[in-house]
Amino acid sequence: MSEMLTIRNDTDLLEEEEHHSLRGREFGFWLFLMGDAVIFALLFATYVVLSGNSAAGPTSQQVFDLSHTAIETALLLVSSLTFGIASLAMDKGHGRAVILWLLITLGLGLGFLVMEVLEFRGMILQGAGPDVSGFLSAFFTLVGMHGAHVAMGSIGILVMIGQVMTKGLTLPVRSRLNRLGLFWHFLDIVWIGIFSVVYLPGVM
Amino acid sequence: MLGRLTIEALPFYSWVAMGGAAVTVGGGIAAFLLITYLRAWKVLWTDWLTSVDHKKIGIMYVVLALIMLVRGFVDALMMRAQQAISLNSEGYLPPEHFEQIFSSHGTIMIFFVAMPFLTGLINLIVPQQIGARDVSFPFLNSVSLWLTAAGAALVLISLVVGKFSQAGWTGYPPYSGIEYSPGVGVDYWIWALTLSGVGTTMSGINFIVTIVKNRCPGMTYMRMPMFTWTALCISILIVFAFPALTVVALQLWLDRTLGFHFFTNGDGGNMMMFANLLWIWGHPEVYILILPAFGIFSEVVATFSRKRLFGYTSLVYATACIALLSFTVWLHHFFTMGASANVNAIFGIATMIIAVPTGVKIFDWMFTMYRGRIEFHPAMVFTIGFMVTFVIGGVTGVLLALPPADYLMHNSTFLVAHFHNMLIPGALFGYFAGLNYWFPKAFGFKLDAKWGIRSFWFWFIGFYLAFMPLYALGFMGMSRRMEHYADPNWQPFLVVAALGAVFVLCGIICIGIQLYVSTRQWGSSRDITGDPWNGRTLEWATSSPAAPYNFAVVPTVTDIDAFHEMKMRGSAYRRPERYEPIVMPKSTGLGVVLGGLSFVMGFAAVWYIWWLAALMLVLCLVCIGIRACDDTSEYVMSAAEVEVIETAWLSGITPADMHDMRDFEPRGAASGMTLSGRAL
Repeated sequence: MSEMLTIRNDTDLLEEEEHHSLRGREFGFWLFLMGDAVIFALLFATYVVLSGNSAAGPTSQQVFDLSHTAIETALLLVSSLTFGIASLAMDKGHGRAVILWLLITLGLGLGFLVMEVLEFRGMILQGAGPDVSGFLSAFFTLVGMHGAHVAMGSIGILVMIGQVMTKGLTLPVRSRLNRLGLFWHFLDIVWIGIFSVVYLPGVM
Repeated sequence: MLGRLTIEALPFYSWVAMGGAAVTVGGGIAAFLLITYLRAWKVLWTDWLTSVDHKKIGIMYVVLALIMLVRGFVDALMMRAQQAISLNSEGYLPPEHFEQIFSSHGTIMIFFVAMPFLTGLINLIVPQQIGARDVSFPFLNSVSLWLTAAGAALVLISLVVGKFSQAGWTGYPPYSGIEYSPGVGVDYWIWALTLSGVGTTMSGINFIVTIVKNRCPGMTYMRMPMFTWTALCISILIVFAFPALTVVALQLWLDRTLGFHFFTNGDGGNMMMFANLLWIWGHPEVYILILPAFGIFSEVVATFSRKRLFGYTSLVYATACIALLSFTVWLHHFFTMGASANVNAIFGIATMIIAVPTGVKIFDWMFTMYRGRIEFHPAMVFTIGFMVTFVIGGVTGVLLALPPADYLMHNSTFLVAHFHNMLIPGALFGYFAGLNYWFPKAFGFKLDAKWGIRSFWFWFIGFYLAFMPLYALGFMGMSRRMEHYADPNWQPFLVVAALGAVFVLCGIICIGIQLYVSTRQWGSSRDITGDPWNGRTLEWATSSPAAPYNFAVVPTVTDIDAFHEMKMRGSAYRRPERYEPIVMPKSTGLGVVLGGLSFVMGFAAVWYIWWLAALMLVLCLVCIGIRACDDTSEYVMSAAEVEVIETAWLSGITPADMHDMRDFEPRGAASGMTLSGRAL
C-alpha cells in the first residue's frame, strides 16, 4: 500500500493488510460469480437447444406444474429478502438479529430444496427422468445445477451462523457474509431466468 | 466395493503398454528414492509443497510442465515412429493403442505442458513486474497448483491402471460416448480436464485481482509491462472460457455415467452441440496459450535490442483485440458441420481479422529490433525463430479460414501442421525464451547460453523437418490420426517427419544438459545484482532469487520501463532510510491436501467407486470450511529480518557488477523514443 507507514505494532499492520485483502476478495468473488454466470448461460443455451427434443418421452406441458413452481419461486424470492434484512442487521451490528434472519433464510432455502427434490422425484416416478430425452437431460441439469448451488449456499449460511455465534461480527466475518449474500442473490436472479426460460414457456 | 476396478486394469496385455507403465512406476520410485537419499522430504514439504509464495508455486508449475513435456513428447515420438513404418503394415502399435497415444499427446501438451508452463511464468514474474509482494490470494494459488497436479497425476496413472481415452484430445461424441467408448479412458480424460480446469479458473481470478488491485503506486494500466498485459488479457479469457469446458465435461460425464442424452445419437441428443460448447472454450484457449508467449517475446526483444519496445500502445490494443476476437471465431473448427454458407462466411471473416492485430505485433517486434543493438542470447534467438516460423503458421491459418478451402483440408495433416506451427513457435518457443530469460530471477544464476542455443537449433530444425512434410501430406490427401496407410508416396514424407521428431528429441536433451551444466557451474554464473541482462521492467529490481516479500520498499513508478528509468536516474539499488515490517502469508498444507483428495476423488469416479468419491468430496468441503473459518492466515516479518536479507543482497553489489548505462541512441524513423543521457 502506498500510505506512509508510521511506527505501529504488528496488530495494526495485520489489520491494514486485512482491509486491503478483503477488498481484493470482494472483487475476486464478483469475478467468480461472472464465471458461474457463464456456466449457467451455457446450461440455459443447452436447454433452449434441446427443449423441443422430447423424443419418445413426455413434453414440457405434460411434466411442469406451475403452481408447484410458483411456491418454489416464492420461497426463494422471500429468502433473498430475509437475507437482505440480515445484511441490514449486520450493518447495524445486531449479531442476534443477523443469526435470526439467517436462520429464517436457511429455512426458506431448505424448503425450496425439499420442494425441488419432490418435483424431481415425482417426475422420475412418472417416467420423466433425465435419461429419457434430451429435453429432460437439459432440464434436470440446469435446474439441478441451480439446486446444487442453493445447497452449497445453505451450507455457507450454516457456517456463517456458526462464525457469527463464535466470533461475532468481526471484519472478516462481515466480509464473508457480504460475499455469501452476493451469492444468494445471484441464485435468485438465476432462478428468475429458469422460471422465465424453462417453466413459463414450458407450459405455454 | 471397488467399482469396475479389477486386476484386469493392469496392462499385462501388451508389451508396449507394460513398458509405459513400468517407466511411469519406475520414475515415481526413482523420484521417491532420490528424495529419500537426499533426505529432502522435510525441506520439500516445508519449503515447497506447503509454500504459498508465488515464486515457488511458479517454479513448481514449470517443473510440472517440463516433466509432462517429456511424457507428451514420448507420445509424439511413438506416433512418428509408427507412421514412418506402417505403410501397408500394422507397424508396432495396435490401433487402440495408437488412439490412446494421440489422445494423451494432445491432452498432455495443452493442459499439462502449455497451461502449467505459462501459469508458472506468470506466477513467478507478474507480481514482481507490477511491484507487488504476492498475488492477491496466495492460498488459492496453491490450491490451483495442486488441482492441476492432480489432473496431471490422473493422466499419468492412466498409463498404469486402465487405459486412457481413445477419442482424441477433443473427445467428440458419439465416439466418446458410453456406447462406443465403454472403458475408463474417456472418464480419465474428463476428470483430468475438470480438475485442472477448475484450478486454472481460480488462477485466472487470482491473476485478474492481483493485476487490478495490487499494482504499485504509479503503475497505471498503460505503464504495465507487456507480459503483465498479456497475463491480464488471458486471465479474463480464462474466467470466461473455462466454465464452458467445465460444462461440456460435466454434460459428457452425465451422458456416460447416468445415461443422459446431451450428445447421444438418439433420444433427442444433439452431438454438434458438443463441438460448439467445446470450442467456445477451445478457441479462446488457443489465445490463452499464445498471448503470454507474445508478452515474453515483447520483453525479450526490447531487452536484447537495448531499445524501448516499439509501439507499446499498439501492442496493448492488439492484445486486447485478439482477446476479444478470440470469442468470435469458434465455429471455424467445424466449418464442415454444415452450418449455412452465411454463418461459415461470418466466422471465416472474423478468423481472418485476427491476423491483423497479430501482424501489428510482428511489425512492432521487428521495428524494436530495427537499428537496435541485438544480443543473440538464447531467449532472443528463440524470439527470432518464432517470428520467422510463426508467420508461416499464420498464413496457413488464413488459408484454413476460407470455408471452401477448409472443406478440402479439414482433419487432414495440413491442419495438424498448421496448429503445431502456431503452438510450437507461438507458445512453446515463447515459454523457452521465458525460461532462459527469467531463470536467474528464479534461482539466482544464469542458464548456460551455449546449450540454450543448441537446444534452439535442434527445436527449430526439428520443427521444420517434422511439420513441413505434414503440410504437403495434407495436400496429398492424408487424414490425421492414421494408424496405417496404403499410399507409398506418403512414406518418404513421414520418414522425414520422424527424423524431425528425433531432432526435437535432441532439443529436449539439450535443455536437460543445459539445466545440468548450469547447475554444476552455478557459482561462476551467479546473478549478483538481480539484473543479469540490463533489464527494463520492474522484476529486475528485486534480488535474484527474490526475497519472499519481493520488494522491501514498494517502488513508485513513473515510466513504462520502470527499472530502466531507475537505473538512468541512479535510484536503483538504494537502501531506504529505514525498513518496515512486512505482512506475509503463512504456509499451509491444505492446498496439497485438497489436491490429493481431489486426485483420489477423480480416480474413484473414473472407476465408479462411488463411496470413495463421495467421501473425498465431503473431505474437500471440510477442508474448505476449515479455511473459511481461519482468520490468522498471515504473520508479520519484522523490520530487522527484512534488513538482514536486504543488506546481504545490496552489500554484495559492487559498481563493477552494474550495467553500463551509457546506452547507445538508436536513430532513424523506427527508433521510437530515444534513451537519453548517461547515468550512474
